[in-house]
Order: sequence, then C-alpha cells, then structure tokens
Amino acid sequence: MAELSDRVGEIIEASTASFVAQCYELYQLPPLGSLVKTKGGELDIYGIVCHATTGSLEPGRRPIARGKDEESEEAIYQSSPQLSKLLRSEFSALVVGYRKGESICQYLPPGPARIHGFVYRCPPDEVKEFGRSLAFLNILVGAHLPVSADEIVPAALRLMSQMQDDPRAFLVAAGKELTVMLSGQYHQLRAILGRLK
Amino acid sequence: MTDRLGIVVSGSLESGVEVKLDGTVSVEDMAVGRYVTIEGQKQRFFGMITDIGLGAIDPRFTLTPLDISDPFIAEVLCGTSTYGTLHVLPMLTISGNVASLIEGPQPVKTVPTHFSAVNLASQRDVELVFGGEDEKRFYVGTPLDMETKICLDLPELVKRSNGIFGKSGTGKTFLTRILLIGMLQKSAAVNLIFDMHNEYGWAGTSEGGKSVKALKQLFPSKVAVFTLDEESSRRRKVSTDFVVRIGYDEIEPEDMALLRQTLNLTEPAVEAIYQLRRRFGKNWLQQASNLTDSDETSQILNDLNIHESTFQNLKRGLATVSRLPFIEPQAPDNAVKRILEYLDRGINVVLEFGRYTDITAYILVANLLTRRIHAQYRERMEKSMGEDAAKPMPLVITIEEAHRFLNPEIAGRTIFGTIAREMRKYNVTLLVIDQRPSGIDAEVMSQMGTKVTCLLDNERDIDSVLAGVSGKGALKSVLSRLESKQQALIFGHAVPMPVVIRIREYGSPQSYREFLTAGKAEGGKQAEKDIEELWG
Repeated sequence: MAELSDRVGEIIEASTASFVAQCYELYQLPPLGSLVKTKGGELDIYGIVCHATTGSLEPGRRPIARGKDEESEEAIYQSSPQLSKLLRSEFSALVVGYRKGESICQYLPPGPARIHGFVYRCPPDEVKEFGRSLAFLNILVGAHLPVSADEIVPAALRLMSQMQDDPRAFLVAAGKELTVMLSGQYHQLRAILGRLK
Repeated sequence: MTDRLGIVVSGSLESGVEVKLDGTVSVEDMAVGRYVTIEGQKQRFFGMITDIGLGAIDPRFTLTPLDISDPFIAEVLCGTSTYGTLHVLPMLTISGNVASLIEGPQPVKTVPTHFSAVNLASQRDVELVFGGEDEKRFYVGTPLDMETKICLDLPELVKRSNGIFGKSGTGKTFLTRILLIGMLQKSAAVNLIFDMHNEYGWAGTSEGGKSVKALKQLFPSKVAVFTLDEESSRRRKVSTDFVVRIGYDEIEPEDMALLRQTLNLTEPAVEAIYQLRRRFGKNWLQQASNLTDSDETSQILNDLNIHESTFQNLKRGLATVSRLPFIEPQAPDNAVKRILEYLDRGINVVLEFGRYTDITAYILVANLLTRRIHAQYRERMEKSMGEDAAKPMPLVITIEEAHRFLNPEIAGRTIFGTIAREMRKYNVTLLVIDQRPSGIDAEVMSQMGTKVTCLLDNERDIDSVLAGVSGKGALKSVLSRLESKQQALIFGHAVPMPVVIRIREYGSPQSYREFLTAGKAEGGKQAEKDIEELWG
C-alpha cells in the first residue's frame, strides 16, 4: 500500500479518459509526465500528469498583486496567510491503463475514477514495472491535450527511464516504438526525438 | 544457434524475396553471395543473398535527415524508419520431413510466407546442401566467410561437358588443375588434356612466378606427359612419355577447314582442299604443296576448276601448316593409337605443346587427335551396345581457348562442337576452358552441365555464361562482384544450387598432402607410397 507521503491529491473531476485532482498543499504538484494512480473500485487506475494549474478557489475572483511593499515573495504569503487557502493547485492526468490483480493493462479501464479518490505518486518499482510495456504511448500520442503531446511524451519517457536499469536502452526502445507509430508524422517525431535525449 | 537477420516482407519466386533487416543487424556486415535459411511455416528454404539495399519508410527521412551525428537518434532510427534490405534468392527447400531427408534438398517451387524469419545459414545447413567429402565428392573450396567444405559430385560432373570461364589471371588454370586432380581421384574417368601453356603436366607457375607441382609430379603412376616439343620439355626437365609427331598423310581436309580463320583461307580455298584430296588421295597435302608454277599445275587446277588466286591463298596456308616442326612427311609412330593405349589403361594423358603455343598448332593438333579418338570411342561404344561388351572408360577432353574451336561459325563443323552436343552418349565429354565465353556457340554453351566461372566483367560474356539459368539477374550481380582471384561461381548439374566459393589452396606442401590423402581411399597403397616418395 502506498504511503501517505506519496499521496498528492484528491480527484475532483473524472471521466473515462482523464481525471483532475486537487493538491492538498498549494504548489505540491507532481511533475509533468509523472505516473500517478488512484483507486477505482477493485482497480488501480494509472494516469500520466499532463497538465497543471494553480488559481483562485472561486472562479469569478481573480488574485490581485499584493507584493508592492513586501521584500520577498515569501513575505507576501506570510503577511496574507489566507492566501494558501484561497488558492489551489490542480493537475489533470490522462488515464493510460489500470492494474487488475497482478497484471497491468495499458488501455482504458472499464469505468472512470471516483470523485474524492486519493491520488498517489507511483513508487519507482511500480514505474519500472509499468515501463515494461510501451503500449501506453499510443494513448498518449493520440490524446487531445491542453499541452501538446510533443511535450508530454518526452517528459513521461524521461521520468520513466530514470527508474529503469538501463535508461538509454529504454529510451531507444521507446524511440523505435514512436518511430513506427509516427511514421507518417515526420515533424512530430522529429520534435519528440529531439526532446527525448 | 542461428543468427537472425530479419524477416521476409515481399517477393516472388521469379525474382526472389525481399528481406527487411532487423535493427540490430548492420547492413555493412552483409555480403552478396552469402547463404541464408528462411524459416517458412511449413518448409525451410535455403537461399543466397543477391542484393543488399537501404530503405526508409518515409522519403522525408532521406530528404531532410534527422541529426544522425547524435548516436541516440541514429540508434532509434536504425531498423525502424530507416533499415537495410536484402534480396534473397531462395534456391532449395531443406525441410526436415521424411521425403526431403531421403531425396535431399529440392529446388524451390514456392516462396516463404510473409514475415518468415531469415537466418544466416549454419555450417550444418551448408553441409546438408553440398554434402561432405566422400569417395564421390571432391572438395573444391569453401563458401565465403565459412569453413564448410563445398564438394562437387565428380561422377555426376563428368557425365556432361563442363566449362571453366574467367578473365585472364583470375585463377582458371589453378581451378582446372584442382578439378583435374579431383577427376583423377574420384570420377572413374580418364582425362586427355591439350595443354597449350604447359601448365598441367609437370609443373605450372603461380602468379608470383613461383613454380607449383602439376599432375605428373603428384600422381606419377596415373599421368603420362606427351609432348609436341621434345626440346622444350627437356629444357624444362619434364620426363615425357611420348613425343607426338604428325604425318602429312594424317591431315584431313576437315582439319584444314577448321583453320580457315587462323590461316586466313577463303571459302573457295577450303572447297579446293576437298577437291585436291579427291584428286591426290591420302597424301594430298604433300602433293599439293609440291605443285609448282608449271603448265602441268595449271592443267590440274583447270581440271579441278580452282582459280589461280584461290590456289595461291591455299598454298600460303599449307605452307604455314607444313612449317610446323612437329609435322613430318612420315610420322614414326601413330600418336592416336598411343594415346588410346594409355587412356585404356586408365592413365591420364597431358599433351604439352612446348613452344608451339601458336593457335594454329593448337587447333590443328587438338582437332586432329580428338577426331580420331572420338571415332574410336564411337566405334567401341556402338560395339559394346551390340555385343554387351565393356564400355570404354569415360573420357574427359580438356581444351583451352575454347572459343577458337566452338565459335558459332565453326562449332557445327568441329569435332568439339559434336562432342559438346552429343558425345555424352559415347562416354566422351569436354572440359572447356575459356576467357571469352561470348565467343562460344550458344548451342554448345546451353549443353554444358556445370559451369564454373571466375570473375567476368564483360557484359556479353556474363550474359552468355548465365544464359538460361533461373535467377539470372541476381546471379549476374554476384558474378560481377567476385574478387579477381581465388573466387568462383559454380552452377549447374554437379551442384544443387549456384554457389560462390573461395577456391581451395593449391601450391603449398600442405595442400599437396591434402590432395594426396583425399585420394587415399581409392589410391590405397599407391597414394601412400607417393607420399612416402614425395616427403620422405
């Protein structure tokens, strides 16, 4: 079972293909491209962080500049302690697979994650296990994301490669997979490979 | 353990299959002429690489290349978006089922399915196809980059006429010498070799000017050296068995007809020879040469309807022939009879030409002797058919500069043309050595059982050697890329599929010993004795 310290947030919006989670602490966001998971009934649903925002709790009320008389950014938060409660950090994750029992499936789960489901960062061992198959790349490349897949794919692969025994071999294998997948989209492939290094 | 190369992606039986190389295999490690096996669903195929290429899934990869200087990018692209391709010509099926175990490798009649795995052929596969050395098979060389022995089935080989081709200096003579040794040991045939450059009898020279032992030195009891030029042989310290002399009366009009080109005779002059033969009988040559410019001569010419200029033309030709030193008014002994005596005893005869390397002498003598030997063989063979007597021993006649005998103009008339076409039935076959195969009559070429060819680079020569072979286009690229020495392409009757070999070594003491021990099974004690004598 994942430890409490790995918990990064709680789901506030969920659909079949993605979920949005709010962080418990302001700015405590998981890195772009990192692998997170949440419980969805009997299944562990995996997602890759593909977008994050920090903004006002109330949609109609925009933050205002406060630091004119302050010496540092930190001082702003210190002099207005309510800020950390009025602002929130959110991230969205693209669902890339799920675990049922011992096996990991890299395709969409039967149903979406649950609201208020806890979201955890995956521990290194689990990332490594997930990286054994590269089928998830297909979901990642084909998804309509607020951030271009050209950014998400390399970010996710770079992070995942760090957990592997041979990061370079992992990246080469992923690169080959992408080359096949994007054989018709030369420019996209070029952009992704350029960011993989 | 097999070395996987890639997968079959397309192709046809006619043109061969296209193989996409795996990313892990470097296209630079491949070589044309190498053997591969293809694991089809139901059969195993044995084939040869005939072309190597580069491919890219998208032309943009080649037009605006990614940064290949980055090893990461290079590694990613290799085998995926850019890849190597092989063109493989499947030749045989070597599946492991019962039928094929009994019958051996079969010619292909289909192609492997899509995505069949392609592996480098293992030593075992190659052995399965070409067989090991035994009492019938003779080791001639190894495939490229392999240690397996490629063996020729010699009894099969000598059943048909064969050809050895290649540009000058590519090792034809060495190859011929090796094949002759093979025949001598394993084929139960005798050889008659018209040795224009004195390379096969006693000693030959290698490219570096070093002297190498030839047949008589290696197999003294099985080889007799005949010479046309006693003096030259003596100077070269060759122990000869017989000195060939040819009498005027032995030369027939047909022999002269063949020399038409070399003697520059006109067509009417050749006609005139026949008329003179009719007039003067057996001794026509001497009598015709003796005709002087007299009224009597004019009368004879008039009678025979021979024009004066034709006669002059003929006379010049006759003079050239009678100037040949080995031609005498009366020959002391019958060369044909002696040659046949030796051949009947199973002794191979090498006829050295000494200094008379002139093509006129070669054509004249080779034709003259062969025609008579051929007649004898024919007679005996017919007799054996009728009376159930023993058939004459199979005879292989080796000729050099074959395009001079077998060019389309005279192939129909020379005895060699006849032998090449039909003499298999009479137990006589040819071993043709030539550097200009395009000069040989197409009909003769098509009748050759096995062709061994070293490097050829003339388009017409290549075409004529490969005429009628399946997969010609592919073999063409193999042939023109042979190394200029010690490599040869063998195809035809005696091998199950075309094969490129590195010719086995010849010339070192070790190689002689190997040749001698290979024949030990049959030669028995004699070979052992020979070894004793040679190496003490």
